[in-house]
This record gives sequence, structure tokens and C-alpha cells, in this order.
Amino acid sequence: MNGPAALSEETPMTKKKESQKIVFASAKDVPLMPMSLGSMLFNKTGSWRNIRPEINLADCIQCGICWKFCPDMSIAIENEFPVFDYDFCKGCGICAEECPTKCIVMVEERK
Amino acid sequence: MKKVIMGNHALSYGAMLGRAQVIAAYPITPQTQVVELLSEMCADGSLNAKFIKVESEHSAMAACIGASVAGARTFTATSAQGLALMHEMLHWASGGRHPVVLGNINRAMAPGWSIWTDQNDSLSQRDTGWMQFYCSSNQEVLDTTIQAFKVSEALYIPSMVILDAFALSHTYEVVDVPDQEKVDAYLPPFKPYARITADAPRAFNGLTGPENYMELRYKLQKDMERVADMVEATGREYEKIFGRYLSAVDPYQCDDAEIILVTSGTAGYTAHVAVEEMRRNGCKVGNLRIRMFRPFPFALVRDILGKAKKIAVVDRNISYGHHGMFAQEVKSALYGQNGGRPVFGFIAGLGGRDITPASFREVVEYTETHDKPEEDILWIGVKR
Repeated sequence: MNGPAALSEETPMTKKKESQKIVFASAKDVPLMPMSLGSMLFNKTGSWRNIRPEINLADCIQCGICWKFCPDMSIAIENEFPVFDYDFCKGCGICAEECPTKCIVMVEERK
Repeated sequence: MKKVIMGNHALSYGAMLGRAQVIAAYPITPQTQVVELLSEMCADGSLNAKFIKVESEHSAMAACIGASVAGARTFTATSAQGLALMHEMLHWASGGRHPVVLGNINRAMAPGWSIWTDQNDSLSQRDTGWMQFYCSSNQEVLDTTIQAFKVSEALYIPSMVILDAFALSHTYEVVDVPDQEKVDAYLPPFKPYARITADAPRAFNGLTGPENYMELRYKLQKDMERVADMVEATGREYEKIFGRYLSAVDPYQCDDAEIILVTSGTAGYTAHVAVEEMRRNGCKVGNLRIRMFRPFPFALVRDILGKAKKIAVVDRNISYGHHGMFAQEVKSALYGQNGGRPVFGFIAGLGGRDITPASFREVVEYTETHDKPEEDILWIGVKR
């Protein structure tokens, strides 16, 4: 006795553009579990942020702790220094808290 | 190889022989030895698994879900307050179709603070979309854990393997611990439906609008409806290899019985003893021990109970404001099916109070001498 069929490679998982809405015509086309339909490419959750991290690169010792701790993968290392992705950073402040030299500070968003 | 082990260690051996790859758990009485032994197995290399220490049961289930998404076979164990704390994550596991296997030691919910057995902890989780298997012996705990991995992974529905606190968890019994090669032949490696890899990152279980959500639930229910056949098939396959059949129900002396007891857990085996004794005294009584509560084996239960004159359900649990939860299901299974013959709902053994052969004699005596129950709940052993 077999279980559900494996996930089809053709199941649309990623929106091609923001206006595209994926609506499955039948239950048999729906994957077993909800999976990324690509909405995060357009849903820029950084707008939820009240405070933003800012970095003083002069004091940065390039330890990578902020990059490692960011729960949203919103810190990239570019040219050996951290760079914030403000499209998705929600301003949790963990990077500032963990920074050993305190060169990251959280500053109020101004709108 | 035969070993004398406690019920908790039967769970550990089940997870070990099932080759669980990630185990995340938080200790709670009376579950602690389950994960204690597993952590030792991970430390000494006899089990090639990652043991994740977590800060709560909520996190334990979250870790299992994450590991399952990455393609690992996952196991955890808990009890009572721990299971309650896991509640939110139980929905995530079933809704996300992650086939986690969880050992739950039935322990009464606080307050009053209790470490003794009753089924309100696991039965409070009956609508989370998990399969639930209630065990009556240490052998059954071990065997069911292995079967649970197989059924769960075939249908992508998580399972709870459930045993009574102390009556089983800390009680030593002879258990036939199967050979690893035979278990490997029965239980192939986990094939995830979809998984996260570094090459193909994906977000799982994200926002799902009204246009697609209902189909997800429909599919979960449709696969739940396939569990009964899957349990039958995997139970027979297990019997072929190991000589022990694992069914959704265990009927005992039911064929010609006028009164059938409906039981579960360790009380189910106590009922066997009571039935033997009452049969010797000429009382035509049988016992239907229900192993699988979710999905409820309606067809089997209807078939076995359909002919009995009276049915006496003994619940070690209570749905406040209603009555025992097995009694609810039995009534619902028989509605319009057995000519309106009465179902008596007894409640016994809450908070670890003993259920003895004398309790079942009392149950049968009441059922024999009444045409129908005088109350929705018939209490056994309560001081009134």
C-alpha cells in the first residue's frame, strides 16, 4: 500500500511576478504542506521595523557574530564587512546586543 | 534477544531500532528515562543520531519539525504538562505533514500536581491531526514505535505512541528486542515528501490564503482515512517478520459476548484477566481493547461491538461537561448501527487510582443489572 504521490516538479512554487496569484484548481495539485509560493520576494517585511541597526565600520573587528546571530538572514558579509538588508531586517536588535565592540547601534526609524 | 526492560526503555529501543536520526527532548517525570537512555546511546555511538537538548517541549517539537523538513527521521518523548506545552507545535507537525514520532507517557494533568497515569493529557490533543496508539505492554510499546515510523512516513502524518505512567513506564517486563537487520528490512529509510537542501532552499508552512488552505486540510483528512488500512497492512507485515500482529484493536472473547467491555492502555490487559475470571463463573463477557484512538477505527469497532447486547466503556479520562472520550467515540461509531442497544460509560482510575479486576467486576455487575445507564457517567471507585 502506497502513500501520497511524491511532490511533482511541476508544482508551481514560485511566483514569477508580484501580481501573480497561485490558486490550485484541485486538491490533487496542492502540495501536502504549504510551501513557499515565492511571496517573500515581494512581501518586504522590513517595513515592520521600528528601530534599525546601524554600524560604525571603524570599530568593526569582522568577527561575523552579527551575521551568525541574525535570525532573519538579513546580514550579509560583503568585502569582509557586514551589510544589512533593510528590506527584511525587522529591527530585533540581536546583532547590536551580541556585537562585542558595540559598533552596531539601534536607532529610531523616522517616517 | 529477550531483555527485561521498563516501558520507558522499550520506547528508547523502539526509537533506536527505528534508527531515529534526530532526537530533541526535554525531561519530565515519568518520561525522563526514555531520553536518558537515548542520549547515552547517542553519546556512546550505538545510535547514530543527533541529540538536541532544548529549553522546553515547545522547542523540542519545533526542533523535530525542523529536522524532519531537512529529511531526518525524528523522535521525541514527553508527558502531561510537557505535551500541553507542545500543543501549538503539534498542529505545525501534522499540518505541515512532518512524520514525527512522539512517545507520550500518560500522566494526569495538574492541578492537583500529579505524576500518575490518566489519559487526559494525550486525549486533549486528539484534534491536532496526530495518530494516537495506546499500548498495554512493554513489548507493544517497542513494536508500536517501529510501526509508527512506518505508518507515519508512508502517509506523512505524525504519531503518538502512548503508555501509562508507572503502570508501564517504570514497570519491568520481558521484551523481545528484535534484530536490527530485521527492523531495517521492515522499516526502510525515511523518504521525505519535500525537503530543504542548501541547493533548493524553500520556505515551509507559510501564509496560505483561503483559496488554498481548505484543500490542505481535505488532504490531511483523506490520508487519515487511509490509516486504518495502512495499520492493518503494516501490522500484518510486522507479524510476518516478528510474529506479533499489531492491529488497531485487540478483541478478546468478543465473538459470543453479551456484554463487551471497551478499554485501552494497561487497564485493557487488566480487563483480560477480569474477563477470564468472569467467564469461569459463566458470565458471557468480552473485552475490546482499543489501540488506535486517532483515527478512530470505526469500521472495526462497529463490526465487533455490533452484536453485543450491552457495551460498557471504561474511560481513564474525562471530557468535562460531557463524559469519557472513548465512550463518546463508541457511541458515535454505533449511532444508528446496533439497534439502539445501550452503551454504558464508566470513568475509573483518574490520577493513577488503580483499575483492578474488581473494578471490572463492578462495571459488569452494574451493566448486567441495568437495562440502561442511570447517568451519562458511571463513576467507579470515587468516594462519594
